[in-house]
Amino acid sequence: MSELTRLSISEAACHLESKNISSEELTIAHIEEMERCRDLNAFITETPELALQRAKKSDARRSKGENVGAMDGIPIAIKDLFCTDGVLTTAGSHILDGFKPNYESTISQNLRDAGAVMLGKTNLDEFAMGSANVTSYYGPVKNPWVVNDLKDRVPGGSSGGSAVSVAARLSLGAVGTDTGGSIRQPASFCGIVGLKPTYGRCSRWGTVAFASSLDQAGPMTRSVEDAAIMLQAMAGYDPKDSTSARVETPKFNAELVSGVKGMMIGIPEEYTLDSTSEEIRKLWEQGCQWLESAGASCKRVSLPHTEFALPCYYIIAPAEASSNLARYDGVRYGLRVDGDSLDEMYENTRGEGFGAEVRRRIMIGTYVLSAGYYDAYYVKAQKVRALIAKDFEAAFADVDVILTPTAPTAAFPIGDRMGDPITMYLNDVFTVPASVAGLPAISIPAGLDSLGLPLGLHLIGRAFDEVTLLRTAKALENLADFNASPSKVDS
Amino acid sequence: MSLSHDDVEKIAHLARIKIDDAELETLRTELNNIIGWVEQLSKVDTDGIEPMTSVVGTNLGHRNDSVSEVNLSDKILANAPDRVGDFYAVPKVVE
Amino acid sequence: MSYLINGKTGNWEVVVGLEVHAQVVSNTKLFSGASTEFGAKPNHQVSLIDAAMPGMLPVINKYCVEQAIKTGVGLNATINLYSVFERKNYFYADLPQGYQISQYKHPIVGEGKIELDLEDGVTREIGIERLHMEQDAGKSIHDHDPKRSFIDLNRSGVCLMEIVSKPDIRSPEEAGAFLRKLRAILRYLGTCDGNMEEGSMRADVNVSVRHPGENLRTRVEVKNVNSMRFVMQAIEVEAERQVSVWESGGEVIQETRLFDVNKGKTRAMRKKEFAHDYRYFPDPDLLPLKLEIEYVNSITSTLPELPDEKKARFVKEHGLSSYDANVLVSDKQKAEYFESVMQYTPKQNQRDRDPKVVVNWVTTNLFGALNAVGKDISESKISAEQLGDLLDLVSDDLISGRIAKDVFDIMFETGRDASDIVKEKGLTQITDIGKIEAIVDKVLLENPDQVNQVRGGNNKAIGWFVGQIMQATDGKANPQLVNKVLREKLN
Ligand SMILES: [Mg+2]
Ligand SMILES: [Zn+2]
Repeated sequence: MSELTRLSISEAACHLESKNISSEELTIAHIEEMERCRDLNAFITETPELALQRAKKSDARRSKGENVGAMDGIPIAIKDLFCTDGVLTTAGSHILDGFKPNYESTISQNLRDAGAVMLGKTNLDEFAMGSANVTSYYGPVKNPWVVNDLKDRVPGGSSGGSAVSVAARLSLGAVGTDTGGSIRQPASFCGIVGLKPTYGRCSRWGTVAFASSLDQAGPMTRSVEDAAIMLQAMAGYDPKDSTSARVETPKFNAELVSGVKGMMIGIPEEYTLDSTSEEIRKLWEQGCQWLESAGASCKRVSLPHTEFALPCYYIIAPAEASSNLARYDGVRYGLRVDGDSLDEMYENTRGEGFGAEVRRRIMIGTYVLSAGYYDAYYVKAQKVRALIAKDFEAAFADVDVILTPTAPTAAFPIGDRMGDPITMYLNDVFTVPASVAGLPAISIPAGLDSLGLPLGLHLIGRAFDEVTLLRTAKALENLADFNASPSKVDS
Repeated sequence: MSLSHDDVEKIAHLARIKIDDAELETLRTELNNIIGWVEQLSKVDTDGIEPMTSVVGTNLGHRNDSVSEVNLSDKILANAPDRVGDFYAVPKVVE
Repeated sequence: MSYLINGKTGNWEVVVGLEVHAQVVSNTKLFSGASTEFGAKPNHQVSLIDAAMPGMLPVINKYCVEQAIKTGVGLNATINLYSVFERKNYFYADLPQGYQISQYKHPIVGEGKIELDLEDGVTREIGIERLHMEQDAGKSIHDHDPKRSFIDLNRSGVCLMEIVSKPDIRSPEEAGAFLRKLRAILRYLGTCDGNMEEGSMRADVNVSVRHPGENLRTRVEVKNVNSMRFVMQAIEVEAERQVSVWESGGEVIQETRLFDVNKGKTRAMRKKEFAHDYRYFPDPDLLPLKLEIEYVNSITSTLPELPDEKKARFVKEHGLSSYDANVLVSDKQKAEYFESVMQYTPKQNQRDRDPKVVVNWVTTNLFGALNAVGKDISESKISAEQLGDLLDLVSDDLISGRIAKDVFDIMFETGRDASDIVKEKGLTQITDIGKIEAIVDKVLLENPDQVNQVRGGNNKAIGWFVGQIMQATDGKANPQLVNKVLREKLN
């Protein structure tokens, strides 16, 4: 374990700036770590040559005084849902076998343009459908947090590989995507920071689509400040994405250290579930007290339709997915399993190419859109979605930020909760409402449970007000003073 | 609403996914559980509520009518599982 | 005059509605920047979006929207300020996304109407149900390989307008008249080139039959008929088929049929195991299309004169008969040709040209000659300017009408100027009274018998003399002068 892999992005940027270290050194340290920790299965594809190439270019820029900002020379990992030019892109699925895009997603391009160095493509639940990173065709990812029982735990999902690469110090930051909690829940499970920006803040162009009206890319880092730095490089209006927001990109760290004095924090009544562990309930209260101790006020708010957010999500997301995934048909790229007719070829390819969870969701999505059921399911869900968004609107009339737990439990052993899909879906019960409403939200590591596993707290902000969200998160981060690291790192 | 064996077959065909007979019953149970679970939405009073298709409030962006993509044939054919000349090839279709 | 089928059980009326797919004239596709030019090499005009590569997103072509609005206005239809793009989901080899982006519940154009001028001066109004925008699919080629079909995506994503008529059409002739009128309107507007051979206009025909006064019976859709003649034929044979089904005690089933050009019959399409279920839902990659009324008005204000307006103006301004005006305005280029002849004012000639003379030459002589050789007005070797010059030679008494016809024939073949031909062949009319008197004297002297007949009261013989004199002058003598001189000399 090198000291270089213990740095945060902002620290590394300082060292690079003062030429204490080179990007090449920094990158090599991370490549070594990435190779040493292959048992975690965090990466589907490692791109060390590419990384070294880009690191050297960064050093060359810096030596000429032409560095392009805080991300220049910083080694990061990219979720294998982003299309990367000339690099295998799988979405964790068998059906994209051998697919090498000849184009670069806007997000990974923005990061390249900012000088970031891609170490590789991280593992994920197949097509980002999952909350435990157990549905990947490339096998499950292991959480680097190992406690006394020595069981291998899930890292959460779907951005499990990205979360692990950051938690285990294989990269300084990673890009994830969040459709219903896929950045925040694994961040909570792995003890890192995960930010889902406002829908429309980050371009979706070149990112393999799961559910178009919900998908949003975001940074996964070891500090709130790093999240702000990384988001700065990623965000911005993209004319290639019609749903990308034509709003100005603020300086995300503008108010980072302004504190929370005088702020009003909302505590939603409806987030107290029977299934939530006592430890998490306590941590939530603790979070509230921390913020109050820093001068904020906490206030109960009501989000009456919250309990319907999860079923609403599980109609809308599969419906969109069933259509988004129709293009994987064995004709233009990826896997083809032959058949005697065109239809047979389709059915064989898609039957073999998609894993069980993806098949289930496509089937559900197909069903809720089909003639006779569309109004009862899909339109109904869209109406409930409107109500959920209205709940938040009303709440944000009174409060600046909403505080909730990130997940109802800590990371669980690989193999648990596999019997019933719905049990797995419940992992996202706290993260899905913000997704449904398109709001920015962040998970911050805030404590350990009795086993020694990390637990996160979750903040939800107003649309396009990431600045306030990050400011609150930074205050919470200071107060929680979470500095535990996974056993894997300490070893 | 409960899906029958036939319903599941029909959906699988609409989605062009081959499901083995052995798998079909398990899948049917899972799908019925999920559908039964999402049906709790029927409890929500949505009278007079407009369905929300997008959380983005802005207007649809657009592009000008000028050719920006030229001669991409090699790019789009590069990953084709079966390519003949400049064509994609698929099992013969009878209309 | 109504079109009725005489069956055993009485007369049957035909009820027809048309769905016309018209390819929008634009440089690029509806949602991508790939060219739409006809005749490119296979898969050479396909963007990553058109090939539905992972992560690709549609961005709408503003000009296509403008074209749809123009067409809507030209069809006297409501322009909907709010319209929505939806996905029509189905699998087919030439449909890369696995769905077609189309408009369904909220089309851009609502109800309108087209006025038809039928043969016998009768006008009929045919209602327009709607017009919506959608993507075209690619092309499958089935005859290159015994076991495989080949896919060319050049057309994939090209913008189509689907124009749906109300079931107001009552005969094959009316269907033909509707398509001709629609094509004329589209061509006037420049929104579709109306070229059925190249597939830029295709029609689906909905046909049912009933006894006059009855409610509508089951309709059958005859798909993709690609010429006016076939549309008319398909209606005729399909209506007859339905009559015989009903009259033999059977029942017409609602189905999709194809028109077999070789057999001149319709046949059912290959039976589908499951009915189509397109699972339409609003495309989450595209926001609703909201138009400002000012924008629509600005487009409306730039529209060119349309056939109906032009016809009214021709009747009013030039005193043309309704029939002549119809012949001219049925084709924008024909109308423009006529107007060019009318407007072109030669330097030495300040008189206006006589519209009745012009319309006669244009419709009878020019269109007649073009028709005879199967050519289009755009292929005419005689320009409007040249035809105008020819007519001026006649009205200036420089050549006779008969000579003009000969000169016209040469012009039609060679494209040369009338005055050159007249000069070269010495066809200038003889208007010198002395010269004509000399010829008349000579002819009278040579034909004493006929002279006596005339003087004996047989006026017919004067005509004989005119003929003789014209012959003697190769038709160049001015016929009025010849008449005058003859009458003087014979009295
Ligand atoms: Mg149709
Ligand atoms: Zn259509």
